[in-house]
Amino acid sequence: MSGKQAVQTIQTKPVTALNSAKGLSDRMIAWIFIAPTIIILLAINIFPLIWTIYLSFTNYRVNRPNKDVEFVGLRNYERILSDTDIWISMQATAHFLIWTIVLQVLIGFFLAYLINKKFKGNDLWTTIIVLPMMLSPAVVGNFWTFLYQPQIGLFNYVVGFVSGADPSSFSMIGDVALAPWAIVIVDTWMWTPFVMLICLAGLRSIPDSIYEAAECDRASKWRQFWTITVPMVLPFLMLAVLFRGIENFKMFDLVVQLTGGGPGSITEVTSINLKREAFEKWRTGYASAYAVILFVTIFGIASIYVKALNKVKER
Amino acid sequence: MSYSVTEPSQRQKWFAGFLVIGYALITLLPLVWIVATGFKSGSDSIAYPPKIVFEPTVEGYVNLFTAQTRMNNELALEPREQLPWYEQLVREKGNTIVGPSRFSERFLNSVIIGFGSTFFAIVLGTAAAYAFSRFRIPLKDDLLFFILSTRMMPPIAVAIPIFLMFRQLGLNDTHAGMILLYTAVNLSLAVWLINGFIDEIPIEYEEAALIDGYTRFQAFYKVVLPQAATGIASTAIFCLIFAWNEYAFAVLLTSGTAQTAPPFIPTIIGVSGQDWPAVAAGVTIFLLPVTVFTVLLRKHLLRGITFGAVRK
Repeated sequence: MSGKQAVQTIQTKPVTALNSAKGLSDRMIAWIFIAPTIIILLAINIFPLIWTIYLSFTNYRVNRPNKDVEFVGLRNYERILSDTDIWISMQATAHFLIWTIVLQVLIGFFLAYLINKKFKGNDLWTTIIVLPMMLSPAVVGNFWTFLYQPQIGLFNYVVGFVSGADPSSFSMIGDVALAPWAIVIVDTWMWTPFVMLICLAGLRSIPDSIYEAAECDRASKWRQFWTITVPMVLPFLMLAVLFRGIENFKMFDLVVQLTGGGPGSITEVTSINLKREAFEKWRTGYASAYAVILFVTIFGIASIYVKALNKVKER
Repeated sequence: MSYSVTEPSQRQKWFAGFLVIGYALITLLPLVWIVATGFKSGSDSIAYPPKIVFEPTVEGYVNLFTAQTRMNNELALEPREQLPWYEQLVREKGNTIVGPSRFSERFLNSVIIGFGSTFFAIVLGTAAAYAFSRFRIPLKDDLLFFILSTRMMPPIAVAIPIFLMFRQLGLNDTHAGMILLYTAVNLSLAVWLINGFIDEIPIEYEEAALIDGYTRFQAFYKVVLPQAATGIASTAIFCLIFAWNEYAFAVLLTSGTAQTAPPFIPTIIGVSGQDWPAVAAGVTIFLLPVTVFTVLLRKHLLRGITFGAVRK
């Protein structure tokens, strides 16, 4: 082969190798690999979403399928936005959201900071702290009702032991004032490890060299904390808050088992309210509108938050 | 020079360790209490003040696994030495065993549905993640974000149309229906996470393989998969844990045949309200696999949880 022909062959060979004639072509592989996923997601995620949006404009009721389905336009939406029950459950959800996030951020970050000191055996204890996170929220809610029993429950006993109050004098689940805190405490017990892990990843990602440079500049530990540690962990913290926020807005399992939305409806978070409308009162059209409003709210707030988060990351 | 200014002092370490261990013990207390309650007798479990020292019994576990009725006089007078130990235990309380309870069925359902949906989610998810990572898919970033945003719907909201759909298709209260549903929910997480893991694998390995004559599929199978194995493993664990612990869909879409353990455990009723030792026994058994996974595979889990935070 002449030199020129050899060079030509070498130049064209890699290209044809990647579009290999052996076996299936790249395009076919791409299709085969993606198609099942897209089909399932369309069927189970997208199609129901569209159906829900459609239903939200009707007065369909699942328990009366043969009744005429009327198109009622925005009436469901109007009724929801002016319904006081809905606003009460929004308040319950907001209380739950805010306090769980505040507590989990404070305790989670503090724990991550301590664990980052790398004391002996921190692996073992970290694993133990992480355990509650892996449990079924419904099952956890159920057995915490046992722990919260006024007479026989461990929680009241320990509180009484520590503070001298009478264990049977208060009921975390029965008292209207205490029930919202009951769910906050259990959720914090379960999910603080999650925030802690993310903060830990954040703390570990800060290179030592930055701290060493700060030491060279004779910055105090206090100053180092506020100018190095906090800003660099902030994106991670915000991410953890995003995940926890979305999850707790949708919260159902834990609360329904722990308090059932009660006493009265003081802990009836939005998901429980929605369940009542959809699966107890069977007002399917109305509930669908409610679902759409919730989704749009979550999506909207999350989108704005993610934009802010990306800005923080770029700093 | 071996002195490091960033290494915490011994005193700091000691103090940090003290606080963290303290928190860990407090966190562990409810779990220890529940496991202990599983071994208490009925009256011990509702004793006031709560009993820390007690005589262990497996009554709770027997009650969990068996269905019982009160025995009539004939059985009460029957001699008991020949009976198996669990029957003797039950007779002492004035009951007799009529058969297995529904718990084992429910637990088995959890296993089938949990592992089944995880398997499908991982297989399909890995394939799709690979395709998203290596091929130019139109609207890729939007698709990925949309996949993720499907997780922003409250499960109850999704359950409304799914309920109607399943009713039409006859998938209500079936294993297939629940596996399909959980697979779909897990798919979004699986695709997103595994896509990230595969993105981290340098493309040069596959290019080398392809030039050496491998087909695209062989390159995927022999080069990419082994390197992505740990990432895929952590994702699998998350999918399994989700399906294992799921309650909302299970309680709304199943009632008997395909019901998993989480909706069932709170309904374990004894003679006077909830049979706490039996519930505690059920909870202990149900928590056991997840606990074992967590302890054995904690490094993978840590990697998976923080992965979402560390990547862009």
